[in-house]
Amino acid sequence: MSGLYQFLTGPALWATFVIFLGGLAVRIAFLYGLSKERDRVFYNHMDWNWAIKSIVHWLVPWGSVSMRRQLVFSLVFFLFHVGILAVPLFLAAHNLLWDEAFGVSLWSMPDAWADALTLMVLACALFLLVRRLVRPEVRILTTPWDYTVLVGTALPFLTGFCAYHHWGPYDLMLILHVLTSEILLICIPFTKLGHMVLFFFTRAFIGFEMGARRGARTW
Amino acid sequence: MAASAERQVHDSADTPQVDVKKIRELLDANDGARIRTWLSICARCGLCAESCFFYLAHDKDPKLSPAYKFKNTLGELYKRKGRVDWDFLKRCADIVWGECTTCKRCSLYCPFGIDIATMIAVTRTILYSQGITPEGLARAVVNYRETGNQMGMSSEDFIDTCEWMAEETQDEVKGVTIPIDKKGAKYMYTVNPREPMFYPQDLAQAAQIFTVAGEDWTMPSTGWDCTNLPMFAGDKALAGQVVRNMYEKAVELGVQYILITECGHAFRSALFEGPYLAGYPDGKPPVPIVHSVQLFYEYLRDGRIQIDPAKRLKEPVTYQDPCNVSRNGGLWEEGRKLVQFLAEDFRDMSPNREYNHCCGGGGGFIPMGPEYKPKRMASGRVKAEQIRATGAKVVIAPCHNCFDQLSDLNKEYELGIRVVSLKELICEMMIIPDKFKPDEEEAPEE
Ligand code: HEM
Ligand code: SF4
Ligand code: SF4
Repeated sequence: MSGLYQFLTGPALWATFVIFLGGLAVRIAFLYGLSKERDRVFYNHMDWNWAIKSIVHWLVPWGSVSMRRQLVFSLVFFLFHVGILAVPLFLAAHNLLWDEAFGVSLWSMPDAWADALTLMVLACALFLLVRRLVRPEVRILTTPWDYTVLVGTALPFLTGFCAYHHWGPYDLMLILHVLTSEILLICIPFTKLGHMVLFFFTRAFIGFEMGARRGARTW
Repeated sequence: MAASAERQVHDSADTPQVDVKKIRELLDANDGARIRTWLSICARCGLCAESCFFYLAHDKDPKLSPAYKFKNTLGELYKRKGRVDWDFLKRCADIVWGECTTCKRCSLYCPFGIDIATMIAVTRTILYSQGITPEGLARAVVNYRETGNQMGMSSEDFIDTCEWMAEETQDEVKGVTIPIDKKGAKYMYTVNPREPMFYPQDLAQAAQIFTVAGEDWTMPSTGWDCTNLPMFAGDKALAGQVVRNMYEKAVELGVQYILITECGHAFRSALFEGPYLAGYPDGKPPVPIVHSVQLFYEYLRDGRIQIDPAKRLKEPVTYQDPCNVSRNGGLWEEGRKLVQFLAEDFRDMSPNREYNHCCGGGGGFIPMGPEYKPKRMASGRVKAEQIRATGAKVVIAPCHNCFDQLSDLNKEYELGIRVVSLKELICEMMIIPDKFKPDEEEAPEE
């Protein structure tokens, strides 16, 4: 068991980071090349002002008409993302590992916060799952893969939470936590989760297209 | 569910062959970074659903949400790499022509700003390559090919109509002319062929306004049709040719601007999509494009046209934002300020400006013909309710498609409104300066 743990937190972790960052870089580079050839419209009407407005209005909670029409959902969606980004980056236990590996680490949040945020992520994921099931306009779009991605995103948080609280066999939980997290990171560049970077490009484009060309707000 | 009104090139009773190779070529040609990204990152969150008037008008039928529509047309085509059967293509046709007007409203409501209308338009070109397009549009395409305009009007008839209208108008405004092919004019005025064909008074009204404003303008003898139905039919090559005719005529005449009549999609074609359809790499038309809403607003703002205060509309008035003039044309404020000059009791719709709903007649719907009318009336419910909620008795619609759709909705939903164009109102209300007043002795019939 500990051999597996060593492997997962050693070579496998390195490989994960390489694939995660490299995959995103390759995907962006590929799309960049393609766009140079086929998406003149992206470059012809560039305007940073509109791009930034188009992005920022969708990053702040209720920053867009669309989000204001679905108040609860947008709040949940916002909290979900805050948790997803904050917990892995600012968890004390993670920072300890960073420190061991590189001698540098980020600011660490108190464990109680991390605990609360993790619960929040899980609650939000549950909400998003239920929403997918009960709202006809969402259910009809949802593919099995969408459920998989949603559950897959929640698993590292679930297993991490269990491990921290010593629910279930600790060693197994820890291994599952590392494993699911690595799988998730590896999947990001190749799935719809790639939106964590592509979001900025698609929003910039619609900002150019509707805002820079026509003066229309896209939020 | 849709009226299956698509033209089939193959008349045989058996199902026509799908040209998979052609579909794949088109899929490949459109497989750029944008479409790739949109198709892969759509979160299937459903936020776009509520933005679409088809969805709202049909009691939130989830099959009418924008994401469902592109996922099950272009999305499927890419997924199956073009290996689809005829039934699938027919279902796509029902969706892309019968359930979307490419109004672009949904892209304002999607967290990723996915441009669904663009993907619907690409699907239309793919269907067109298989000989599928609504009959009304197919007929118009033939006319464009033969005569350069959607109604098949000859140049002689067009010029005759202009001369006839100039003459007719003398007893409203003295000295009205409709200059043809005048070199170096400031504006080259382009119209929708239904004006010379069925509503020649529209030409007369424009001529009166330009005369009173002292404008330096001309109409071209060719390239005068600014509409672009091949763009909606999915015939991209011809759509490019249609705008090129207009651009090249403007360059030939050496005019400063191309002026677009009160028509929405013509503006979209001339200023936004045309340069790409015609293959201008910088995405800019060779001659700047101005829409009538903009120019008329400037006339009133600058006092070149003066409105008789006694004639301003007293009853409640609302303004229909044509998708391709407001949201997709950027002129919602100009339209509103213009209406302030003409009406005392202006009541805006809700939502309005760039967020206004499509009337339900856009994207080629009106010319698609009577088979599509029941659908058009059903989905127009949203617009009818918007209008009714304002309590307006007059609706100003600076777009021919909106005009027709609102007139039909008026009957269907018994709205009791008068639908008018800006030209008509301005002509009713403008003060005719003395030098343009017709001589008293002349008989009015002349
Ligand atoms: C800066 C980074 C990010 C931005 C701007 C962003 C933005 C978005 C947006 C706009 C949506 C669609 C809205 C929706 O479903 O309502 C979304 C959904 C989602 N995001 Fe992100 N995201 C980011 C990072 C991430 C990361 C790192 C993950 C996971 C590892 C993630 C997981 C998800 C999931 C699972 C959904 C779909 C939720 C559902 O199924 O309903 N996001 N994100
Ligand atoms: S473009 Fe308009 S009609 Fe088409 S799906 Fe979007 S909102 Fe609906
Ligand atoms: S709002 Fe955008 S991301 Fe969400 S389902 Fe619609 S198209 Fe997809």
